[in-house]
Amino acid sequence: MHKKMAFSFPDEVLEHVFSFIQSDKDRNAVSMVCKSWYEIERWCRRKVFVGNCYAVSPKMVIRRFPEFRSIELKGKPHFADFNLVPDGWGGYVSPWIEEMAGAYPWLEEIRLKRMVVTDESLELIAKSFKNFKVLVLSSCEGFSTDGLAVIAASCKNLKELDLRDCEVDDLSAHWLSHFPETYTSLVSLNISCLGSDEASFSALERLVGRCTNLKTLQLNRAVPLDKIANILRHAPQLVEFGTGTYTADVRPDVYSDLAGVFSSCKELKSLSGFWDVVPDYLPAIYPVCSKLTSLNLSYATIQSPDLIKLVSHCPNLQRLLVLDYIEDSGLEVLASSCKDLQELRVFPSDPFGAEPNVSLTEQGLVAVSLGCPKLQSVLYFCRRMSNEALVTIARNRPNFTRFRLCIIEPKTADYLTLEPLDVGFGAIVQYCKDLKRLSLSGLLTDRVFEYIGTYAKKLEMLSVAFAGDSDLGLHHVLSGCESLRKLEIRDCPFGDKALLANAAKLETMRSLWMSSCAVSFAACKLLGQKMPRLNVEVIDERGPPDSRPENCPVDKLYIYRSIAGPRFDMPPFVWTMDEDSGLRLS
Amino acid sequence: MSSENGKRLLETDAGGLNFEATELTLGLPGEPRVTSDGGAKLGSKRGFSETVDLKLGDNNREVKLGHSLQEAAKSPVSKTQVVGWPPVRGFAKRGKKSCKYVKVAVDGAPYLRKVDLEIYNSYQQLLTSLEDMFSCFTIRNYLNEKKIDQVNGIEYMPTYEDKDGDWMLVGDVPWQMFVESCKRLRLMKSSEAVGLGLTTGPKYSSTN
Repeated sequence: MHKKMAFSFPDEVLEHVFSFIQSDKDRNAVSMVCKSWYEIERWCRRKVFVGNCYAVSPKMVIRRFPEFRSIELKGKPHFADFNLVPDGWGGYVSPWIEEMAGAYPWLEEIRLKRMVVTDESLELIAKSFKNFKVLVLSSCEGFSTDGLAVIAASCKNLKELDLRDCEVDDLSAHWLSHFPETYTSLVSLNISCLGSDEASFSALERLVGRCTNLKTLQLNRAVPLDKIANILRHAPQLVEFGTGTYTADVRPDVYSDLAGVFSSCKELKSLSGFWDVVPDYLPAIYPVCSKLTSLNLSYATIQSPDLIKLVSHCPNLQRLLVLDYIEDSGLEVLASSCKDLQELRVFPSDPFGAEPNVSLTEQGLVAVSLGCPKLQSVLYFCRRMSNEALVTIARNRPNFTRFRLCIIEPKTADYLTLEPLDVGFGAIVQYCKDLKRLSLSGLLTDRVFEYIGTYAKKLEMLSVAFAGDSDLGLHHVLSGCESLRKLEIRDCPFGDKALLANAAKLETMRSLWMSSCAVSFAACKLLGQKMPRLNVEVIDERGPPDSRPENCPVDKLYIYRSIAGPRFDMPPFVWTMDEDSGLRLS
Repeated sequence: MSSENGKRLLETDAGGLNFEATELTLGLPGEPRVTSDGGAKLGSKRGFSETVDLKLGDNNREVKLGHSLQEAAKSPVSKTQVVGWPPVRGFAKRGKKSCKYVKVAVDGAPYLRKVDLEIYNSYQQLLTSLEDMFSCFTIRNYLNEKKIDQVNGIEYMPTYEDKDGDWMLVGDVPWQMFVESCKRLRLMKSSEAVGLGLTTGPKYSSTN
């Protein structure tokens, strides 16, 4: 070792240099330079990111990185958010917690997304990691407030507890009182997903009162409006705040109390919550609006005029989440008032209704793309679109990095010309050279995929539904999109040919999801047989795929690269195609 | 252009598996999975006062509708729900007083689904949606007392567990009351339901 080091820096120096390199991609690159750098880097990596919990085993991670302090794991595929992944598919965190509990007494941070977390795992976390600081559970499920109570009671150094979008078995709100009276280190608390009706407000108030470093507090719907003033009074230093239900009988004393308390929150930059909002109480937040950079009104069922008033008070807004009640008129005001806007998400207020209930069309998106020069990330639900509008949007805003358009009715054509929207989306990928994420909708032929394959060279994630005519569409994407990591497809006529012709591409990606497409069981078997570093999972409710003819399409298919081999925690409706499947099942 | 690409697809690529050697075909049994008029089907409104034939064959996802469909229900109708579309998360929580997600189990089906009862306005809507979700199964519609052809499958009875933990037949109580008290749904095989004595009441006639 010393011989090699003669012309290089000592380990300690390299370690110090590496400590400035935080991003995983860069650290991975560093570790590939040479053997000694690999060794040094692995001993000093403090944060590990595992994008697919089945791509690698806990033992492998622990073996390579003996001293990490923070781990981030992701489980179920993205389409699980829309009920396409059946309950029980997998994504269990317990094997990870169990392995780490033994190996890492000094683990400080756990961040999980779309994983199944049990109370037992929470208890194990609380017991095993003495310096545990951060628990972020995003879209997770499987645990109850009992597990949270143990975390609250045992983790003396807990700084962050964030349960965004989780499904929690809400047995009792009293878990909050399990934070000891001596506990004061909370910096961030997000309990917006909890539902319990009876909430322990006094415990919450006392907790907020004694945690003077609290910067983020996101309450759940059960917290009534008249309690907010008291809570905020204890925490004027908050930077991010999420209200509970924002409705009450209109009373001047409650209003002025609330307005007064908001005025004293000089650091507030982000607001959310606003369930059941009553417009009369909205002006109470005006004192903080000029400093707001982020506003989440996606639960606020208020109409366009009130939304317009609110948005006009927020010139520094960078991020807005809102329902389509804002309408085209509101988006035009947004475009003229909020020149710093970077991210916009417009959600449908009535997604399952047959007819439009609001006047929100492609015009709103055109206006924002024209008026907001920094806009880079869009999620937009609407009911009509035209190629003309999409081309205009693309030309206006070549700096888009994320463009997700959902035209609510599948296969909707250009409303002006009745043509497919191929040209429109083609313009998006052609002009927006840095586009990393794209979601398609509307009537689309194979042509749009040709555009995507040709132009979307930086595209990392693509979501497709009810689109395309043939395997050619899929082939364009798999053969053309060099940076593609995640591809999710539903209800498209893509079959075996493109998949098999591009099998090697799948190893360069994190994962591919295909449901209600035309991939046969035979093709799945072949893929599983020939590609040992891919896990090819067939998910089918109708029973074992070999109980039907081989050329029968499978219901759902999930393919991901893995060095851990096939998993063993599959439920009865998931089959992994492996090397033996060809021999066993034929 | 397309012929060139077509040729490329069939060549043995360094990155691909020789497709021709596998002799796989793309012929699908029965009807194609993706209907080309998907839009039309999804957009069609249903009349709830119609007798809706609830039987669905194996691959046949079409539901036979009454002729007077166009004159149908005056009340606003929710679209037939395609699972997971539009892609809104926990939609029910947005702008609604409550959301009522309950698990739905079907005897013999390997996995559960979840439905949000709050988005339906009537039993008919709920049952229709369940049919779409579990299209392999035949769900008995007690509402119109129609005997359902058993050609393709076993009959299922929609039952639910209420707040007191009792298993009840879906449809016995007014809709809102059902939504409030339902904890989970189970589509039970009719034969089992008979055994549990759920086939009582004037509205329901036993299949046996």
